[in-house]
Amino acid sequence: MTQTPFGMRTPGALESVEASARPTRTRPRGLSRSRVASWLIFAAGIFYFFLPLVATLLFSLRLQPLGQAYANVLERDPRFVSSLVYSGLIGLATIVISILLIVPTAYWVRLRVPRARPYVEFITLLPFVIPPVILVFSLLRAFSGPPFQLSGSHEGLNVLVVCAYVILSYPYMYRAVDSGLRAIDVRTLTEAAQSMGAGWGRILWSVILPNLRVALISGAFLTLAIVIGEYTIASFLVRPAFGPYLALLGRDKAFEPAAVTIISFGVTWLAMGLIAFLGRGSRQNVQLTGGR
Amino acid sequence: MSYLELTNVQKLFGATVAVESFNLAAEKGEFVSFLGPSGCGKTTTLRMIAGFEQPTSGQIVINGQDVTYMAPNRRNVGMVFQSYALFPNMSVADNVGFGLKVRKRSKDDIRKRVGELLEIVNLPDKGNRYPYQLSGGQQQRVALARALAFEPQVLLLDEPLSALDAKIRVALRHEIRSIQRQLGITTVYVTHDQEEALSLSDRVVVMSEGRMEQVGTPFEIYNFPSTAFVASFVGTLNVLPGVVTDAANGALTISGQRVRIARAFEGNLGREVSVALRPEMVSLGADPAGGENHVTGKVTDVSFLGSIVRIRVSLSEGGPTVILDEFNEPTLHLPELGETATITFPADGPLVLDAKAPLDSVEALIAEA
Repeated sequence: MTQTPFGMRTPGALESVEASARPTRTRPRGLSRSRVASWLIFAAGIFYFFLPLVATLLFSLRLQPLGQAYANVLERDPRFVSSLVYSGLIGLATIVISILLIVPTAYWVRLRVPRARPYVEFITLLPFVIPPVILVFSLLRAFSGPPFQLSGSHEGLNVLVVCAYVILSYPYMYRAVDSGLRAIDVRTLTEAAQSMGAGWGRILWSVILPNLRVALISGAFLTLAIVIGEYTIASFLVRPAFGPYLALLGRDKAFEPAAVTIISFGVTWLAMGLIAFLGRGSRQNVQLTGGR
Repeated sequence: MSYLELTNVQKLFGATVAVESFNLAAEKGEFVSFLGPSGCGKTTTLRMIAGFEQPTSGQIVINGQDVTYMAPNRRNVGMVFQSYALFPNMSVADNVGFGLKVRKRSKDDIRKRVGELLEIVNLPDKGNRYPYQLSGGQQQRVALARALAFEPQVLLLDEPLSALDAKIRVALRHEIRSIQRQLGITTVYVTHDQEEALSLSDRVVVMSEGRMEQVGTPFEIYNFPSTAFVASFVGTLNVLPGVVTDAANGALTISGQRVRIARAFEGNLGREVSVALRPEMVSLGADPAGGENHVTGKVTDVSFLGSIVRIRVSLSEGGPTVILDEFNEPTLHLPELGETATITFPADGPLVLDAKAPLDSVEALIAEA
């Protein structure tokens, strides 16, 4: 082996010996007591949430013959289906526009201007602060005359109602997307795609969006739930939506509103099941909204 | 003209200088490593080559084309990341074929090339798997295949083995080198692991605080460090306080024990200096074959580091400690802790550094040599 003025006769490179420290497991004391307390809290929660539901279900079944209230809504009232379909379509339009607006915004904020995140998050909270009635009056005032006169036609009003719902659903969709982006290493994935020659469009479409699947589904269903139950905006804009229909039904009938509530609840559960179904196989955590 | 050239490249983040006056000319097929501690600017330099950061000043040229301000997706540079950065929604084959798909190659071409690359990285049967179904080492192999699939001009690797365990790291670094040689691709490799840099590279760039400390072959870097930083960062270095007794004859004392150094140094009688000595230059015992310098001290520590045993000998109570390495052979006689031991080193082993400015003097001494 060559000997040089400053080294190399025996291997001098550092080699490390790692001592592996294994954590010891200890059984926490009072485990059974805390487990009982947990079950008690869980039972109280179940009771709190399900008691009104069970009461509503029982009340809806009191109209004889059994299930008549459901039959009245589903078979004899065409407004139920039409308002539900209308709200569903408006909800879909809201979801598409929200995704188109929010995904690139949240992505860009996370990638390029992380300092702007607090400001964007503040803006997302505005729909909680500004009542829908203020929002709808502002929209009507802004769009009841030129250059963008939208309040004079059904189509224009439909556009307005979608715009209003995009604003209303902004906090939920933004937070769902932001949580999804937090679950993936956006910067590195973007740089990896860029190094392989991909432009922004392809990066968003092929890399970012598919990895936000669960987050987008969560945001989409939250948006749909908001749109389907919304009353104020739809009512002020005179839209044949599900919210105003529910209010009307509650004013005129006794058992049918309870039946509609149960049906809506079933639809919501179905939607949640769909989230779990579409999100299966994904390694991302399903998170409906909020920060972690 | 070299294949990859960085000329006076500088990068500022606000008032902070991340990289300054970086100059490098790498030939086609060369494997260059950037080695340095965290925050020394090695990754920033790599990111400037990739196009993820723009230099504040300077020029980057790849294959004769100025790419200094070119978008990263137009540079034709492949990159492997520490965190693998595989697309979780795509299978292994889709990941590897992504760059080819972007380049609108035909499906047959993509399938063929993906197959070739998966063969090269020894994962021929994993094309249909998803990244989460692979181990860390396999994921990094896929990342390597993906970065090579579209035949980039330069391959950049940003601490690709840091997240892997020691055995896989060693195995994979040999594979990376072998594949790089096989494909003849110009490669820049960032690491803080000196063993990795020295074992893989044709040339190593040692960096510190945004500056290039030294560029050279692994042999030059280890044996002829041009700055004290390189000497101390690469390998282990003993720096011992000494007092000059007769500079003309290379004599000085360390902890009161007489030592002779073959390499010339300056200093009047009684001048304090620092003496730099590699552990592998020092032998345990008074065997004359180990060198003409014999000093004694007490053994304070004996550590097994696998193939070598590292022994620490304190030359005096509370005084300097000499680290020495011995091969871990069955015949090796190990001293007891607290035992008085004699250590030996040759006169041409140590370097004398100025005690007041030790970091500046090694360079001058090496230049003299």
